[in-house]
Amino acid sequence: MQERVKAKAIELLESGACTRVLGWKAGEFFYDVTPAVFTSREEVERDFVFGPFCGANLSKYLIAESRKGGKVGAFLKPCDTYSFRQLQKEHRVLRENVYAVGVQCIGMCDIEAVKAAGMKGVVGAEERGEDLVVRTLYGERTMERRAALAERCQVCKSKKLLDCDERIGGQGEELSSARFDGVARLEAMTAEERFAFWRGELSRCIRCNACRNVCPACSCEKCVFDNPASGAENKAAADSFEENLFHIIRAFHVAGRCTDCGECSRVCPQHIPLHLLNRKFIKDINELYGGYQAGEDPETRPPLVDFRLDDPEPSVVHERGRKG
Amino acid sequence: MRKLPVARLNELFAAIAAERKLYIPAGDAKTAAFTLWREGLEMTKALNTSRSAKDLFFPQVENLVDFKVSGREIEIVESRDPGESFVVFGVRACDCRSFDILDKVFLCDPADTYYQSRRENGVVVTLACKEPEETCFCTALGVDPADPAGDVTGWTEGEDLYLRANTEKGESLLAGLPLFVEGEKPETDRSVFGRLPLKELDWSAFGGEKMMELFSSPAWESLAESCLGCGTCTFVCPTCQCYDVKDFKTNDGVRRFRCWDSCMYSDFTLMSAGQPRPTQLERFRQRFMHKLVYYPSNHEGEFGCVGCGRCLQKCPISMNIVKVARALGEEAKP
Repeated sequence: MQERVKAKAIELLESGACTRVLGWKAGEFFYDVTPAVFTSREEVERDFVFGPFCGANLSKYLIAESRKGGKVGAFLKPCDTYSFRQLQKEHRVLRENVYAVGVQCIGMCDIEAVKAAGMKGVVGAEERGEDLVVRTLYGERTMERRAALAERCQVCKSKKLLDCDERIGGQGEELSSARFDGVARLEAMTAEERFAFWRGELSRCIRCNACRNVCPACSCEKCVFDNPASGAENKAAADSFEENLFHIIRAFHVAGRCTDCGECSRVCPQHIPLHLLNRKFIKDINELYGGYQAGEDPETRPPLVDFRLDDPEPSVVHERGRKG
Repeated sequence: MRKLPVARLNELFAAIAAERKLYIPAGDAKTAAFTLWREGLEMTKALNTSRSAKDLFFPQVENLVDFKVSGREIEIVESRDPGESFVVFGVRACDCRSFDILDKVFLCDPADTYYQSRRENGVVVTLACKEPEETCFCTALGVDPADPAGDVTGWTEGEDLYLRANTEKGESLLAGLPLFVEGEKPETDRSVFGRLPLKELDWSAFGGEKMMELFSSPAWESLAESCLGCGTCTFVCPTCQCYDVKDFKTNDGVRRFRCWDSCMYSDFTLMSAGQPRPTQLERFRQRFMHKLVYYPSNHEGEFGCVGCGRCLQKCPISMNIVKVARALGEEAKP
């Protein structure tokens, strides 16, 4: 796959179809790839990688890249294409300045998952069938590739490549996914247990804002929490509950627009399962308004900015809340 | 040297905690953090904590002073943490070196009395590394992971923990604990440090004398290109020391506090005259120039990095000081 992606990148540059391409750049190790813009065959041949650790979603970069003049080629995985289309729906990306190449995906590995499996000093990894053979400073070990997958990839919702100018690796299907199981487990808790769960998880927050800055749905030019003139600037919270509220407010703000790409949880240095907040909103929206997938199509009105006579009354909050 | 079976570590913790607060690294590989010891809390198996040990001396948020306002009267009320004696156990060599770097900033005249009080009250017990991660590069910055500094240095060899007091504070901590026998520590096996992939990082391109050349390097543009502008690297970094001072309006006045700030943030250098670092390029450059050029130029060539590898592990886009050092070092070659 890597060779096909690189060949396409070179073709786009050399044919003049694009002035630059957005992809992933090799790092010090096999896993620490960085999103990067490439402008020449030499750069692509030397540094471009497409492999099992290219989890970063490139779509948000297109907000800026599509405004720089000339056409940018972008390599997008299925879940990245949902963000790409959602960003267009919000008029954040100039579609005509992007040449989108959809790249089929078999699920991206997460170095944190590899380390959580007990691997220390990891210096190499190779896919062998269903396995990942990991070289470490302390010897070679094998683990199931599946166990090395990012959480979001273990419960992948779709392999569909949306809105691409061309595809590498063929079109995929929506998948039946267990992605709401974690939310259902939280819903089954009592209110006190759930409160304790979130207070515990969110207590680790260091307010680095990585979740917000990586989020394709958080595309405000200036976040209200960063703006000293907003009256809501929040470099440090007055207490730990106010700190927790940052995440709750953010989840509300992206509700109905979050495609569940999972970047928030991927980047969290403190491993807070932020995706569960967003998935709770998605699950509720599905249950209250009928199935809705943000980013799936350009026309459907998002349930939270639509009004229909058969919409549930606001009292639904109390009815559902009473359960526990 | 004092010796204690590792199996009796819990007794050691209980004995220390009977006298003062004790923090140990606890939690799994994903959540490891310096945590106040209580009965039953065990040391993490992770090499190091997500956040660094600087938190204990320079917390993310702390109160500086309160102002109580009543009519035309303003009363100034001391609200600082009064400070109490504590022990932090299990600090790695890299984090321990970071205290030297922070000291040079916070303890130079006029000393930051908030930080100073914690440094005076805290006893640092380090623990030598045996199984480094691939992201470790402290040895490339002159830190010896197998012989860390601190008030007390600890090693685990075989079934035993060995402790050596390095300072008066350390000696008085150990002298008060009746748990030890005398023992000679076996020779440490250092072979793994020779296999570390980043052990030969070349820092020769950096330092104060190359300031303008490095500042003007065209390499910053592509290095900073995909930076998200979050504060992860600065907040997990053991040597980042920038903070903001803020006023919070209370019911009867103002609470003045300080909190960590990040040069990666868009309002970091915002002034009434404008913003001298208008894009992420300038902000990104600042962070690395500070560690590799400005700090050494102010402190006899010492770099503001200890090689703990946290920025390598935590940056959402895997951009870090090692990649910066490689790119700029490459460019500086004749």
